[in-house]
Amino acid sequence: MHDITVVDLSRWQFATTALYHFLFVPLTLGLSFMLAAMETVYVTTGKQIYRDMAQFWGKLFLINFALGVATGLTMEFEFGTNWSFYSSFVGDIFGAPLAIEGLMAFFLEATFVGLMVFGWDRMRRGQHLAVTYMVAFGSNLSALWILIANSFMQAPEGAHFNPVTMRMELSSFSQLIFSHDAQAKFVHTSIAGYVTGAIFVAGISAWYMLRNRHTELARRSFRMAVLFGVLSTAGVITLGDALGFVGGQAQPTKLAAMEGLWKSEPAPMPFNLVAFPSQKDQVNHADVQVPYALSLLVTHSMDGTVPGFDKLEQQAVERIRNGIPAVEALQTLSSKPGDADALAQFRAHEKDLGFGFLVQRYSEDVSKATDAEISKAARDTIPQVAPIFWSFRAMVAMGLAMLAFFVLGVIYSLRNRIERKRWFLKFSVLMIPVPFLASEAGWLVAELGRQPWTVYQLLPTWMSASTHSVGYMIFSLAGFVGLYTMFIIAEMYLMVRAIRKGPEPPHAGDSDWDSGPVLGNSVTGQAEG
Amino acid sequence: MEIYGVFQVIWWLLLGVLLVGLAVMVGMDMGVGTILRYVGRTDLERRVALNIIGPHWEGNQVWFVLGGGAVFAAFPLIYATAFSGFYVVMLLLLWSMILRPLGFEYRSKLPSAAWRSTWDWALFVSGLVPMVVFGAAFGNLFEGVPFHFSWNLTSTYTGSFLGLLNSFAILCGLLSASLSVFMGSVAVMNGGEGVIYERSRTLARVSSVLAMVLFAAGGFWVHSMQGYVLTNGPGAGVPQTPMQQVVTLTDGAWFANFHAHGLLWLLPALGFAGMLLGLLATGARRSHMAWWLGALAWIGVIGTAGVALFPFLLPSSSVPAQSLTVWNSSSSQLTLTWMVGFALVFVPLIVWYTSWAFYVMRGKVSAEHVAADEHSY
Ligand code: HDD
Ligand code: HEM
Ligand code: HEM
Repeated sequence: MHDITVVDLSRWQFATTALYHFLFVPLTLGLSFMLAAMETVYVTTGKQIYRDMAQFWGKLFLINFALGVATGLTMEFEFGTNWSFYSSFVGDIFGAPLAIEGLMAFFLEATFVGLMVFGWDRMRRGQHLAVTYMVAFGSNLSALWILIANSFMQAPEGAHFNPVTMRMELSSFSQLIFSHDAQAKFVHTSIAGYVTGAIFVAGISAWYMLRNRHTELARRSFRMAVLFGVLSTAGVITLGDALGFVGGQAQPTKLAAMEGLWKSEPAPMPFNLVAFPSQKDQVNHADVQVPYALSLLVTHSMDGTVPGFDKLEQQAVERIRNGIPAVEALQTLSSKPGDADALAQFRAHEKDLGFGFLVQRYSEDVSKATDAEISKAARDTIPQVAPIFWSFRAMVAMGLAMLAFFVLGVIYSLRNRIERKRWFLKFSVLMIPVPFLASEAGWLVAELGRQPWTVYQLLPTWMSASTHSVGYMIFSLAGFVGLYTMFIIAEMYLMVRAIRKGPEPPHAGDSDWDSGPVLGNSVTGQAEG
Repeated sequence: MEIYGVFQVIWWLLLGVLLVGLAVMVGMDMGVGTILRYVGRTDLERRVALNIIGPHWEGNQVWFVLGGGAVFAAFPLIYATAFSGFYVVMLLLLWSMILRPLGFEYRSKLPSAAWRSTWDWALFVSGLVPMVVFGAAFGNLFEGVPFHFSWNLTSTYTGSFLGLLNSFAILCGLLSASLSVFMGSVAVMNGGEGVIYERSRTLARVSSVLAMVLFAAGGFWVHSMQGYVLTNGPGAGVPQTPMQQVVTLTDGAWFANFHAHGLLWLLPALGFAGMLLGLLATGARRSHMAWWLGALAWIGVIGTAGVALFPFLLPSSSVPAQSLTVWNSSSSQLTLTWMVGFALVFVPLIVWYTSWAFYVMRGKVSAEHVAADEHSY
């Protein structure tokens, strides 16, 4: 049996390390394309300032990139170290996109990032530009494959359970990679990264303009960033809506949690703008509703409805009862492989196998599960509503705020008014953390909303964890927290320092590395290696 | 043999290719980390050593990432059982590994000597520890690892953390660290000049001798060990779980494959030849040739270990019948087929553009350039 404390600690550890990894990922995704765009302008127009821009922002890119890589290493191994049952149960499907990510994306990104940094004087302009694009494509390809993997957990497609090997196996590779959920997730998440890159560049450029430093570089960077940002934010919002549509159909319990839907209601359903969901009483307190809006938003029609938890919980009870014989049959098959009766029983109840596992948490021997235990398991299928509800609203609110911000930014910037709007410049600096928070909120919605499953309606979270002792888990969690805290301090310090120093005007032939920054211009002073 | 069995063997071979890629490329960079404080006495000397691998360590590290991903995709039961069983050791590996990107990227960003020295220690730890753990993990495969499965294949590891650091495992760890130091030293010779060159040459010679001694000692040790024999079970190419086989332990059984197929002795011979000729080549200051010989030595060593264990991948010492083999821990035929396709397309592509990257950055790294260059580590 699994120790639930160990499961909870494993969840905390995964959540901490993944949320931490995703502090660095969006900036890599967005900034890499912005670097490529700046360099493109440099190569096509030959204007030196754009090369300075690419090199300055490239320096900040690298400080961020290092931590993205370091924390990504943790993620790659954490499925095996901490979710070992999960890994063996779905590895046949889930491992493939992860390995392809390495083959196709990480190698590209990591090999060319070295050339991007060290190769300025070793290649022709066009070649270096191509290298920068490879970094950007590589990082975005990596997002594609990891999100295909993640989507399998959210809306499993292209797989079946094989009672001979006692695990899930791939039945269709194309279904796996062309899943609607994966496509919707990929575009939403990678474009969220572009928004992040845009705000980062805009915010820091605004800071320079406020101090009248590097104004030429800052003004150009700012304009490029807001243009990039307004398109991206519009994209994120449109595609977020699409994601809600696709995801809502695949995961009704997540949708109900996002919307705080305890009771099913007839169409057209109202939208809960504000509410205080109570998990215990299964109601919302003090809600402010917008009539008709929910039907429109999630079903894109006036007469669409979506089920609330009352209906969903009832369905779960039925599916648990139907899943119990499937688990019993598997137990028989484990000791008597090929037993025809057990196989027939399994086939008849196969589709609710995951629900059978759910009740095993309360009753190891599923055939003895009582009604009370079954309703407890059914109650488990309702995720934690309040954090999901609020994270979702926070993400959306930040998205709308950023759209407004970028629209204003584009207007001011194109009219060349931006340096006179000091309030707006200050506001731009304050906006820097917002896209990061929005992404974290998004992941909380996605991952908390999937609970209590690691693979939606197939594999419960409580079964997925490795069988470690509590002591081991405390040790590892503490280790990660300690290390990661030191890392973020070092990173923030270097980042702030590099920003304060800024892109220095070129002084050719400077060889004193301690006195610091020699950015840019000097085609001469560059090194080999 | 069933076509499924063929794919299982192909993936076993590909796993070997990945491990060699990991050992050669990542091992080289880690070797540089290990010897950094010895080879470079001044800050500038250390920076030169770091910048020799500077443009490549990131790409090289992906061999390690891909190793993890490929085991997950091709042998999920190994990924799940080994990584959770070796939990504390895996954490040591990870925690030291993740110091590396920061060590490279952050070290020279501040002028403070204390800051730089701290990161140099971090690079030392993140060079040495992972290579020792890598070798020690192999050592434990020969000894068997205490784990078993429940009815639904939930694995439980019943050993302690210290059990994984037994003397044979440590010997294997030292072997792997020696080879990594050899490759690191040779890499510094390739790209360095003057004192750094001479110091790494000394280290390369010492480490190749050490590697030969350890490899030979390991061979004798394994000879006297009990090996695992798969006496009965569904066999190759048949979908199965690890609950359906019979496994016995016999003295010297890890040599059975060599006795059955004499040609396989070429693998350990290749290992020794690579080390010996590598020693001679460094003596003759032919560092590029020494690098390739070192790579051959790795192929010999990893090949020897893999062949000795075959078809076992992770023997269980507590319940030998539940040992994991190539036949009972691999993915389904469909997954293996798709993944072979991806590997066939992308591995050559990776080798091609990695070579191009090395070609672009070829040549010696000079101290003046490192000191003058804004981008250097
Ligand atoms: C949507 C994007 C995204 C998501 C959800 C994840 N990652 Fe990530 N990952 C990236 C996007 C990314 C990236 C943008 O490609 C990174 C971040 C910074 C970087 O250097 O590359 C990266 C780096 C990175 C690395 C280092 C690669 C190298 O050595 O160059 C590894 C091993 C992983 N990731 C693995 C994972 C795993 C196993 C995840 C699942 C839990 C995960 N990442 C979530
Ligand atoms: C990088 C962005 C991601 C973030 C911020 C994130 C966040 C989280 C959080 C908060 C949890 C804990 C949920 C809970 O236990 O209540 C979690 C769990 C988990 N996530 Fe993600 N996740 C990310 C990406 C992924 C991806 C891409 C995958 C798979 C490819 C994944 C797989 C898992 C697994 C296996 C668990 C543990 C089991 C569970 O708790 O359900 N995550 N993640
Ligand atoms: C304003 C409109 C937005 C809408 C309607 C929206 C919608 C959604 C939905 C429905 C999910 C949950 C996906 C699931 O079913 O698992 C999600 C996840 C996410 N959102 Fe948003 N979002 C919006 C804005 C943003 C913004 C501004 C950002 C960041 C800059 C962002 C970043 C994310 C991320 C990183 C995830 C988790 C990954 C994923 O599931 O794709 N979103 N979003």
